[in-house]
This record gives sequence, structure tokens and C-alpha cells, in this order.
Amino acid sequence: MTEIATRPAVPARAGALAGVRVVEMGFAAAGPLVGKYLANFGAEVIRVESRLAADVFRTTYPPFKDGIVDPDRAGMFAFYNDGKRSATLNLKHPKGVDLARALIGTADVFVESFTPGTVARLGLGADTLRAVHPELIVLSSCNQGQTGPHAFHPGYGSQLSALAGFVQLLGEPDSTPVLLYGPYIDYIAVGYGAIAVLAALERRKRTGIGCTIDLSQYEAGLQFLTPTILEFAANGRIPGRAGNADAVAAPHGVYPCAGSDRWVALSVWSDPEWRALVTLSGIAGPATAAGRRAARAGLDAVIGEWTATRERDAVVALLRAAGVRAAPVLSISELFSDPQLVHRGMWPAVIHPAIGPMHVMAPPFRLSGTPSRQERPGPTVGADNDHVFGEILGLSVDERRTLGGDGVFD
Amino acid sequence: MCGRILADLGADVVKLEPPGGEADRMRPPFLGDVENSERSIPWLAANVNKRGITCDLGSTEGRALFARLATSAPIVVESFAPGRLRALGLEDSLRDAIVVSITPYGQDGPLAAVPGSDLEVTAASGSLWLAGEEGRAPVRTAQPQSPYWSGMYGALGALVALQASSPQRVDVSAQAAMATVHPPAPVWWDIAGEEHGRTGPFLLGRSNVGSRFRNLWECAGGFVSFAIQGGPIGRHTGRMLVEWMAERGAAPPALGAIDWDRFDNSRLTQAQVDELEAEIAPFLRSLTKTEFFNGVVQRKMLGYPVGDASDPLADPQLAARDFWRSLAPGEGLPALPFPGGFALFDGERPAVRRRAPKVGEHNAAVYGEIGVTEDELARLRAAGTV
Repeated sequence: MTEIATRPAVPARAGALAGVRVVEMGFAAAGPLVGKYLANFGAEVIRVESRLAADVFRTTYPPFKDGIVDPDRAGMFAFYNDGKRSATLNLKHPKGVDLARALIGTADVFVESFTPGTVARLGLGADTLRAVHPELIVLSSCNQGQTGPHAFHPGYGSQLSALAGFVQLLGEPDSTPVLLYGPYIDYIAVGYGAIAVLAALERRKRTGIGCTIDLSQYEAGLQFLTPTILEFAANGRIPGRAGNADAVAAPHGVYPCAGSDRWVALSVWSDPEWRALVTLSGIAGPATAAGRRAARAGLDAVIGEWTATRERDAVVALLRAAGVRAAPVLSISELFSDPQLVHRGMWPAVIHPAIGPMHVMAPPFRLSGTPSRQERPGPTVGADNDHVFGEILGLSVDERRTLGGDGVFD
Repeated sequence: MCGRILADLGADVVKLEPPGGEADRMRPPFLGDVENSERSIPWLAANVNKRGITCDLGSTEGRALFARLATSAPIVVESFAPGRLRALGLEDSLRDAIVVSITPYGQDGPLAAVPGSDLEVTAASGSLWLAGEEGRAPVRTAQPQSPYWSGMYGALGALVALQASSPQRVDVSAQAAMATVHPPAPVWWDIAGEEHGRTGPFLLGRSNVGSRFRNLWECAGGFVSFAIQGGPIGRHTGRMLVEWMAERGAAPPALGAIDWDRFDNSRLTQAQVDELEAEIAPFLRSLTKTEFFNGVVQRKMLGYPVGDASDPLADPQLAARDFWRSLAPGEGLPALPFPGGFALFDGERPAVRRRAPKVGEHNAAVYGEIGVTEDELARLRAAGTV
């Protein structure tokens, strides 16, 4: 008996989406992250890509491991595409398109995020595919949707987040708007895209019929701004930047702590919470919520003085113990050691063949019966060609060699 | 929001509130600035397409009623503090349902019992850290975002769970939800050991030598989003910019000298970036938002104006795709343009088909469907259970 053998064998539980095959052609975040979530819950997600027209996350967007620009060392790609397979096809070659069509024919879901019209020109449009495979679910995700006067206007997420109105709502009232860091709206479209695919799968269980889904990242993003649009339509007011002020809670802000760039967020939603803050800090202020909202700026200044000499985490602990809502403003590096996120397994560790040890991101919701599994980082280019073209499409080694010689797998 | 998305997809979503209605019904702003439980704009936005009932879960009878109702629901969405369902003795009645729980930090772990609002979970997610100007406090989006993210992920979790063979719990953490919204920052830390921070209107992550690029610029009467970029993504935009500036009489020497086929923004020093940006700034300041929008669309350039709440309603693209859905948010109130369903399914957009419910509006209908008689309902009403 060895030590190792005493560990009980746990039968691998199949993911909720086991048996679902997804073929994906896309780039950057908005398409591929849909496939990532599906893969995390057990779907077999095959990313079809080409060295001749590689994903910008493989070629253009840093960081690359050790700064060496190489498609297999691209951090963004590895991070966004965990759990997938990669198969290369040159879609400029007619046989490449034939193989793509054959592969999609074996799939339940086809996700694409090209410029509108691109897959149709290749003969891989939803209408063409579903004429032969009516049960297929096709998700097309793009900037502005497949139709309309701006359908062909190129764009990316950080700028689309500005157009939709998010940026206008972020910043200090006395200054310019600031960025929401990355392509914020893309991730909204990712969530809605995955929801749309799963809803279509559920409907297909009952009807046997697939679905063609046209997702505009712009329209998806506007869902998160519904109240501001309604406020303008109903009351004629355009909501703007408000710093950290809230319409109800006061105080409600982010305050400096001892040290460089250390901050605490706290908010007061009731009179008992206010009294707890007063007792703890000794600051004075109006007894009513309306009074505190009117005195917001002055209150923010005195709270800032109280926090400025204290350690961030000590302030947070004091506030929480007193029953006041508070949290540290965590830096990005701190997210990887935050006890709560670590407890939830937010950043699973994986070994990437070119990058080495790295982390990927778990879905932010946990399933008790069929939890997400994250064992493989994003694939290297063409890592699964043998599996996809040999085992799934049944091409012999000789056939593959010939096709490879013709540049079909470039 | 979780329920709203499922309702948009056609599910019969019944919202259960305490008698008198939930506190969020009084969240400002209000339609016409009239403060009452049927006019809260954020509440209405989250609750169209649903039916509404009341039930006092604090009473034994209310809990018994809930248990009867729960057996008819394959999905139950709740946002009580962790452990509250068990404390109320309601867990047994939910054995056969997919239970989606949405809380600030999740159902277990060191922070599970800690209360938090949008501000705190956003702080604990890293999102606040990245938003704002250098040297000033981090800021949050004035329209709270974490309820939307958590709700969206809750709906996604519910639909994943629906594909599994047996019901299970879906545990959404708002903190974790907000930690998904800001890549590439975690990737920069994980792969390159670089800590990104607040950069105001500038973009990081576009350079291999640490330069930053302006992304938000002043224009006439507002702001626009635009960035210098090369490579297959940016070269057309760069060429068009130089042409557009020339049309308006500007001849920028540094910008004009760029060979866009070879231009690589990721290798520019900050001084080089600054020189190019100094040439662009006066040009953008001479354009209105509308002129900029029309210009970039016409030339297929990357860039957009910074929109506000009025702009989408005037956007020809959204109009052409029949995005808006007109709905009177209450009896006697004028119709408002609601954003339509989030995608087109076989060309059809999910409708905004039913206004948000009044407090207890569908008590008779919903309780009737699970076999509660009129007499029984009258008794429950008299007892204050519904």
C-alpha cells in the first residue's frame, strides 16, 4: 500500500453541457468568451482558427510571456480560451471551407464573431448551414448587429462602451469622463450570448429546431443602462457623472487610508448604520438621511480625515464589526490572494505548454451538482488538429498529409 | 435582473414580495418625480415582463403557501442573506428546483455573512481600482452595475443548470461577477507581473514599452472615444484620419509621415505618442459629437462619440433594427421607450410585453393556479399573509 493509493477515487461528474459540441470562429473577447463558459461546464468547444488570419488576442494585444510576441505565448488568448480545442483551417482555401462546413455539421452550436456578411461569403452563413442542419444553433455576435445602416461599421468594446453611455456615467462631475478600463460592453455581450445559446438549446429539446441568433453587442450593453434611458424619456434629465454619490445612501464614498493609493469604500443606508459610524469614528453629522445627502461633501471630507491615518484593512474590520458596509478597494494583484475569491476558486491554476504556470478565470457562479472544471488553459495553435480532423472527421493520416501540403491547415 | 432575463426569454416569472411591496420599489429616481411604489424607474426597469404576488415569509402560513408555490417552479431565484432560506425552513420545499442565490460575496467563505452594496462589491472586485483619475479616489458608474452583472450571471447559471440531469444550487457572488468585467488587467498581473491602475481617459495594455494612449478626447460640446492604433486593426483608421484632417485644412507633420502598413503602436515611446496626440487634439475639438459620428461611420473608422442617455434614442442603427419597445409603465402613464430584447432569435426580438406588477397584483391569479381557493385567499389576506 502506498500513500497515494489511499486517496479515494472520485468518479468524474459529467458537466452540465457534456455531449454538446460547439464550433467557434471568432476573435478577441466577445465571441470566444461565450465558448469559454460553455467549455467550463463540459461542452466540447472547438475553436477553428488560422495562422494566416490569427486572432488579435494571439498577435496584437499584449501581454506576451516574457515579452516575446508569439501566438502561443499570448496571455489574453490563453486566459480567454481555457478548456477549448484548437483546430487550424485556412478558410481562403476551398477545401478549408469544406472541412469547416463538415465540422459544423457535427456540432450543436456554431459561434462566430466576424464582421457581418463574412461567414455568408464563405458559404458558412446561418441560412446555408441550417438548410442542411435545421437543428443547428448559430450565434452571430458583432458590434452593431447583422443588419442596419451601421452593421458594417467596425468597432471594439472600449469605444462601444463609450457610445452606449457607460463612460458618460463614470468620473467626477467637475472633470472629464474616465474609461471603464477595458472593453466593458464585450463582457456584457458574452453573458447574453451564452444565455441566448443555452435558451436555444433548451427550446431545441422540445422542438428539435435550432435557432439563428443575431446579437448586437451595443444592444446587449444598453440593457444595463435601461434606467438612465427611461429617466431621460420620462423626466427629460440626462444622468451624468456623480463621483461616488448615491441617490439614497449617504455617506457613500471611497476614502483614502494610510499608505500610498490605499482606499476604503463605505456606505450608510439607514439611521442605525449612521449611528454605528458616528459611535465608531466620533464624527458628527445630520441625523436624517436627507440631511446627510445634503451635507455629502462636508461629510466626505471628515470621513476622509478619519480614514487617512488608519490602515485600510483595519478600517474595514472596524466598520464591518460595527455593522457598517465597507470593503477595501482591492488592487488587481490583490484579487489573486483575496480570501473570499480564493475560497470560491476564482482563479484556477493551470500549466500552459508555452507560458508555463498561469491562472485562468472561473465563472462567477458556482454550480453545486455539476461545478465548472478548468484543467486546460487556452490551446496552442492547431493543438487538436489530429483529434478534430482524424477522430471527428475521420480523415486518414495520408489524407491529412495531402491536405496539409496544399495549405489547408495553415 | 436574473428574473427579468428569464422573463424576456418567455418564462412565466412570478415576483414574490413581502406584503406592502419590497423596499427597492422606493429607489429613486421616480417617473415624473412622484415618489410612490409604482414609479421607481430602476425597479420598473428590472421588473417588466413579470407577474407579482405578495407573501409574508415571516409567518407560518406564508411559508406553507410558499412551499406550495415552489413545487410548481423549476427555477427559484433568491437574494436573501446566506442561510436565511434554511432558517425559514424553506429549503426542503426547494429540493426539486434549481435555486439561484445572488448575494454580495457568495453562499460560503470568510465574507459570506458580510453585507455589501454595489459600492462595496465593486471595490472588492478590482473594478473600482481601475476607474478614475490618477491621484484621485476611484469612482463607480453612476448607474449601479453590479445588480445587472449578478443578475445576468444568475440567468446564465440557471440555464446551464437546466441542462443538467438533476436540480442544483447556483451560487452567484456579486464580487466575483464584478471581477470578470476588467480583463486584461488580471492577465497583465498574471503573465507579466504588472499592476495596472487608474489612468483616467487613457488606455493601457496597447504597448509593449509602457506607453499609454488617449482614448477619451474633448470635442465641440462633449467627448469622443478614439485612439491611435496600427496593425490590421488600426491602419485603415489612421489613413482615413490623415485624409479627413487634410480635407479640413490640417497638415499634421508627424501623423502625415506615418507608413500605416508598417506602423506599430505597441513600440512607440510616450514622447512619440504625445507628439501624435498633440496633432489630433485640435482636430477633434473642432468637431461636434454628431459630426464625428457621421464622419467615422462614413469612413469606416474606429471611434465613437461618448453617448449619453439621450443618444441611443436617436441612433439610426437601433431604429433600423426596431430595438425600442413602447410600453406604458403604469395605468394612466404615457408610454416609454424600453430597450427591446437583447438579441434577435430567428429574426424575432423578445418583447417587453407586460408592465411591472403593482404590489400583489397577481395574487388571485397565481395562487388560484396552485389551487388556493377564493375563500382561503380572503382568509390569508385578512391575516396579512398576502
